[in-house]
Amino acid sequence: MRDIALVSFAQAPSVRREQIHNEVEILMPVVAEAVRRCGIDRRDIGFTCSGSSDYLAGLPFSFVTALDGVGAWPPIEESHVEMDGAWALYEAFVRLQHGDVDSALVFGFGKSSVGPLREVLSLQLDPYYVAPLWPDSISLAALQARALLDSGEYGEADFAAVAVRSRRDAKSNPNAQLSGDFAVAELLESDYIASPLRRHDCAPISDGACAAILASGDLARQLCERPAWIRGIDHRIDTINIGDRNLCDSASAKLASEKSGAAADKIEMAELCAPFTHQELILRRAMGLGDEVRINPSGGALAANPVMASGLIRIVELAARIQSGEIDRGLAHATQGPCLQQNLVCVLEGE
Amino acid sequence: MSKRCAIIGVGQTHHAAVRKDLSISGVVREAALRALEDAGMDWRDIEAVVVGKAPDIIEGVMMPELFLAEALGCVGKPMFRVHTAGSVGGSTALVAAHLVQAGIHKRVLTVAFEKQSESDTTWAITPNIPFQPPLVAGAGGYFAPIIRSYIERSKAPADIGIRVAVKDRKNALRNPYAHLHLEDVSMEMVENSPMLWDPIRYLECCPSSDGACAMVLSDEKGGDAAPKPPAWVHASAMRSEPTMFPGRNQINPRAGRECAAALYKQAGIDDPRKDFDVAEIYIPFSWYEPMWMENLGFAEENQGWKMTEEGATAFDGDMPVNCSGGVLSSNPIGA
Repeated sequence: MRDIALVSFAQAPSVRREQIHNEVEILMPVVAEAVRRCGIDRRDIGFTCSGSSDYLAGLPFSFVTALDGVGAWPPIEESHVEMDGAWALYEAFVRLQHGDVDSALVFGFGKSSVGPLREVLSLQLDPYYVAPLWPDSISLAALQARALLDSGEYGEADFAAVAVRSRRDAKSNPNAQLSGDFAVAELLESDYIASPLRRHDCAPISDGACAAILASGDLARQLCERPAWIRGIDHRIDTINIGDRNLCDSASAKLASEKSGAAADKIEMAELCAPFTHQELILRRAMGLGDEVRINPSGGALAANPVMASGLIRIVELAARIQSGEIDRGLAHATQGPCLQQNLVCVLEGE
Repeated sequence: MSKRCAIIGVGQTHHAAVRKDLSISGVVREAALRALEDAGMDWRDIEAVVVGKAPDIIEGVMMPELFLAEALGCVGKPMFRVHTAGSVGGSTALVAAHLVQAGIHKRVLTVAFEKQSESDTTWAITPNIPFQPPLVAGAGGYFAPIIRSYIERSKAPADIGIRVAVKDRKNALRNPYAHLHLEDVSMEMVENSPMLWDPIRYLECCPSSDGACAMVLSDEKGGDAAPKPPAWVHASAMRSEPTMFPGRNQINPRAGRECAAALYKQAGIDDPRKDFDVAEIYIPFSWYEPMWMENLGFAEENQGWKMTEEGATAFDGDMPVNCSGGVLSSNPIGA
């Protein structure tokens, strides 16, 4: 395999509702910043891949106009996935293995605020038997949280503790939407929005975008003092039928973690895409991440969750910690589908 | 540096306006099972699945690959979803091939589909964007002005589009999977069909189809051992340019020309018309045959219509195009 690294990246600050700028206008400065930071000539980028969803924008082919944010002239080699931007990064990683191109631009973007997100996401469900009943994404997550409580291993205070830590860490993240100092007891006083989930258990609704530049071998070293090398990347899917899954576990996250080689050496830090507090607990256990592993120093998806960019943001946040020399090796995770159905794990390492 | 990739199994559904007998899962499985059978394999042999389809809005399911994971035997495996607008059937296959060429997987199943009967595609792809005047009414409304410009620029005779429509429908009579089987198709029949978006007549349009197509891709070892002669992937390329900007040549887009040039360079093709025996090209409206003949380097600019007029692109011509009947005879968009 060829050595591929993240050499540059940028994010738009996540906001509850971006009313002035459309998706392309959010994206343009983010892509420009990622390109500028590593000093690559935009025309030298060999491959471009993006992730987004038509259903967030409520438009067919909504990603096509995103090309205006990239500057696709002269024509570029470009592809798009109807998946989180983390999978766009995966496609770029695969493309760079061929050896004929040495750099790639990847990005993910979305405005979750445009429609009623929890109902929009219920259109992911089986269209014949489940979607017509409109179980929304928060209600399904609540079923999962209830199953976890019923297992007796965690309580609602454990969920709240995740929120407290996330919001506290998010204070130092300029792109975060929710941050601040809270106490578990204080959070537990609030009402349920879908029992046993309270507002603090759920990721906010966010508009945002994220972009990253990948490069191979020597080019990566030229463009960046300390590239974040991709040592392993894998993704797996479970059935969508939550009745056929052990909701207290995530078989696909466990498998993706194994296949990515995460266990081969020490993981110092993990950026987990857990849009609900209890899902962080499930993911930590599934991937075998103990108390010594620093979790989501960015605040995670609970602090900013622009759907379709949120997973890519996890990878970028981890890469930033490696580039700065704060850590040597860590794991980033992305998810999509109801109750952690599909999971991607990426292991990054500094030299 | 990339590894070789072989196509060792192919399968497609019997395409139709409405496949009432099948759910969306049923449509993708019909194609996938035929591809697996063709490759002499079953689900367990597959390491990863790559799914493609055009806008999710057509079926009303957001990211439908999530609910199709089980139907495509993908639980516990990597599942990937491509969406590159109208080109998605082709780019899905390329993404799947890239996985093999990169050495990441040995056997990949790729499936692309559309079940257009679940909604009304023309209006599903006619967005009403706030604060913008609606520009199009379906794909025909978008392409008709471009076709008119081509006719004006190339001085092509008015019947070229009709000839393409008749030729592709006659070809479809040999294809048991094709949606349209118009036994009595003729120049008069096409010419007398209603004018929808001048100069595009009803019978110069692609139909609206339910259907899917699947392929099993393998590494070199699997290709050599395949039960049937494999088709090796020699070259692939993709190029994009923005949809709208001043001065864009929409009749002969630069992205298409550069894509073809990059492809031919990889494959060692000097003269595509001489070096290829046959071509399958995305021609959703009849006039796109001469236009793409030029764009893909088979003819000089403004000369593509002569290939149609001389019969070069016919089944027995020197450069047969769309022997299957093409998109004009079967159009499950994403596939």
